[in-house]
Amino acid sequence: KHIITLNTRDMKRSEEKGGCGECQTSGIANQQCENKNA
Amino acid sequence: MIHQYKLNGYNIVLDVYSASVHVTDDLAYDAIKLIDEGKSFEEAKKELAKMHQDATEEDLDDTFSDIQELTDSGKLFTKDIYEKAAGYLKKQTTVVKALCLLVAHTCNLNCSYCFASQGKFKGDEGLMTFETAKRAIDFLVENSGNRRNLEVDFFGGEPLVNFDVCKKTVEYARSIEKQHNKNFRFTLTTNGVNVTDEVIEWANKECYNVVLSLDGRKEVNDRFRVNRAGQGSYDRIVPNFQKFVEARGDKNYYMRGTFSHFNTDFTKDIFHMADDLGFTELSMEPVVTEPSSPSALTEEDLPVLYEQYEILAKDMLRREKDGKPITFYHYMIDLEHGPCVYKRVSGCGSGTEYMAVTAWGDLYPCHQFVNDPEYKLGNVFDGVDRHDLVDTFKECNVYSRPECKECWARMYCAGGCSANALHATGDIKGVYEYGCKLFRKRMECALMMKVAEAEMAQEQENEA
Repeated sequence: KHIITLNTRDMKRSEEKGGCGECQTSGIANQQCENKNA
Repeated sequence: MIHQYKLNGYNIVLDVYSASVHVTDDLAYDAIKLIDEGKSFEEAKKELAKMHQDATEEDLDDTFSDIQELTDSGKLFTKDIYEKAAGYLKKQTTVVKALCLLVAHTCNLNCSYCFASQGKFKGDEGLMTFETAKRAIDFLVENSGNRRNLEVDFFGGEPLVNFDVCKKTVEYARSIEKQHNKNFRFTLTTNGVNVTDEVIEWANKECYNVVLSLDGRKEVNDRFRVNRAGQGSYDRIVPNFQKFVEARGDKNYYMRGTFSHFNTDFTKDIFHMADDLGFTELSMEPVVTEPSSPSALTEEDLPVLYEQYEILAKDMLRREKDGKPITFYHYMIDLEHGPCVYKRVSGCGSGTEYMAVTAWGDLYPCHQFVNDPEYKLGNVFDGVDRHDLVDTFKECNVYSRPECKECWARMYCAGGCSANALHATGDIKGVYEYGCKLFRKRMECALMMKVAEAEMAQEQENEA
């Protein structure tokens, strides 16, 4: 195997299910998502 | 769009729009580079064979097969499909979910680099009354729509100069949160001078997080963080902070320092706080000041700062292996449970879902805009009257800044800080390029750490 891929969040799913706004205000990168459905 | 770089022995490829992180061998790293330059698989394969003469035909085929598989599964060379998310945000009704309460426009320290002009915000000294604070809480509840989690920061100046109002404000908010189905999260940012047993007990009961200002080594801290008589604060605040953190147990806190041109070797300050003082949750931020200031960071400082960020990342990995980890806030990325696309596009929410409230109840987009008359949004008694300004801030996102178009870090910074952009370029939709350079370096280090941690986890699994 020449490439190993780390587990990362599904961005497309986050577009479909995200945007609830319940996460903390803020860097953006270290935010924790609080929407378990997204 | 992809971003490739080598760091600490790893070949790392970030796929920007899927947020996928790949680790490759040299063969795949070069193959991806050739394809990113626009070469077809066939052309790339020929060139790769010349570059890696020891690679077998099977190696080459496997490499391109891996690349094809990742491309087909939407994890490599993905296109930007998220611009519509920015449009969605513009159309949304704005709700306010966080307030920064400037409960004290005064301070018991006199730090020369303070963006808030020693707490006065280039205006009058003053303390927020409980009536104003209470009205701010009501304003937040009234304007928060169906948002459940609401945040209130006690900020200044030095908020503990007005501790009584902080206590009463929390008491009032707690008394109404159930009836409105809200969950208040309070935070306190303090310089440590007035941290008493009573403050510690209150903060540990009520504050979700506390931000403790300390610049690191005594001589570094006491260069800027002095009292009004010009005496350094280190000897007074460090014991207070140590007591505070010890009593805090497993609750959130972090030490928040500022580094400047005078201590570009800032990792020494981080390690001092960790090794000599016992703090594990750490943050050191670059000073943002007038370029003419002697403390301002310069272009010549950049290579030194880049090296410092790398030293920090490698040292943190060593500490993790030794079972004594420390946290550096800019390296805390969560690849699996991080922010959704909307958050990545829209950023901090200043001027829309986050506002600062002055001691007199005036509203500003954030604490860094306070007392700039052009940016006064309204007040907590009569509400927001500059809806045009709110709309302008709503449009502040990664897609509104042409400079961000080709930046690989755009989905991690959301276009940067509007206040820094204003101070650097005169436009909230501008870009503070120096900050961008440091941000990108921090992201490279943070992603490298994730790769190293994944490798460590794999090694432990293999040993088991």
